[in-house]
Amino acid sequence: MTTETLIGKSLRAGVIAAMTLTVVGGVIYLFQHHGITIAIAQNSNAAFTGTATYLRELSTIIPRIAQFDGAAIIQLGVIVLIATPVLRVVMSLISFVIEKDKLYIAISAIVLIVILGNMIFGLH
Amino acid sequence: MDIQLLTLILFTGAICAGLLGSLTGLGGGVIIIPLLTLGLGFDMRFAVGSALVTSIATSSGAATAYLREKVTNIRIGMFLEIGTTVGAVVGALVAMYLPVNVIMLIYGIVLVFSAVMTVRKKNTDGNTSPADPLAVRMKLNGSFPAKQGTKNYNVHNVAGGFSLMWIAGVLSGILGIGSGALKVLAMDTVMKIPFKVSTTTSNFMVGVTAAASAVIYLQRGYIDPVLAMPIVPGVLLGSFIGSKILMKVNTKILRIIFAILLAFLAMQMIYRSLS
Repeated sequence: MTTETLIGKSLRAGVIAAMTLTVVGGVIYLFQHHGITIAIAQNSNAAFTGTATYLRELSTIIPRIAQFDGAAIIQLGVIVLIATPVLRVVMSLISFVIEKDKLYIAISAIVLIVILGNMIFGLH
Repeated sequence: MDIQLLTLILFTGAICAGLLGSLTGLGGGVIIIPLLTLGLGFDMRFAVGSALVTSIATSSGAATAYLREKVTNIRIGMFLEIGTTVGAVVGALVAMYLPVNVIMLIYGIVLVFSAVMTVRKKNTDGNTSPADPLAVRMKLNGSFPAKQGTKNYNVHNVAGGFSLMWIAGVLSGILGIGSGALKVLAMDTVMKIPFKVSTTTSNFMVGVTAAASAVIYLQRGYIDPVLAMPIVPGVLLGSFIGSKILMKVNTKILRIIFAILLAFLAMQMIYRSLS
């Protein structure tokens, strides 16, 4: 298998996983919240609260998945989706390593460090 | 609003966003933000979070349309990503201190610009005049398969393109959109890259740029699962179909409709931000 096909296949796997998780989570969520109405704040001056706190970190999302929390499963799907472009950068880095292209090994590594650094440190 | 109806509306909107986003290389965020804010009355911050998700889904959905990517120039994409990812982090941090109406105004201006970029004169063949020496050194020049056989192209003004990419990154971090319009402008107009290559390479970059700021938005609670649930599958489906179409048909009429729609939304958004 060529590196190109490998990149294509792993990307496809990530996308299918993200899609499956959001759809399955969505069905569970709709079942759990059947018939509710979504309150949309008409007053834009109202304080913005954002989503429930447990839906903001992977460490608090994971425990809720075991409890079949629809929203948590959807959020995991979103996180898998966010990871797919990062995976694409990692796979390109690997293919540059195979090609022994030093300049592009360095360039891909810089891009990866900026993204991962931001995920790990730039948070709170 | 009833949750089933909301899901249905968002799913339909998401398919359109993915389709148009991948066809034009602009990313799907430009459609999702007005749908959520102007159409459904959601807070701009939820719209920005959803737009980030849309941008990534457009990018990854388009990428999976082909197992072997022969058109996307990964070297150009990766090199320019240095500018956009750093910019995106700066933008996401700046956005915290910007009032919502300023973000809406910036967004309106970007929409006007996106409309113009959609109907631009396309550079189909690529430019074979002598390349920027930096492009040669960076191995940016490439080729792509066309009906008449493989076409070669040379890349120009690398420094100019790179500086525009930094601005595209900052805007992307502030607005949640992939800033595809600026990316396409930089590659198409400044670097003289043929449109199929610039569109697909922009699709690749939109996802990476959005991922760079997505975690900040997730942690701030801007990414809502109720909105993400129909958006993710819808956009993935739309962008998969869009990139299949891109290589086959002439999308001129679709682009004109898209441009008019964007111009209309831009006026609405600017009006809203000023009133």
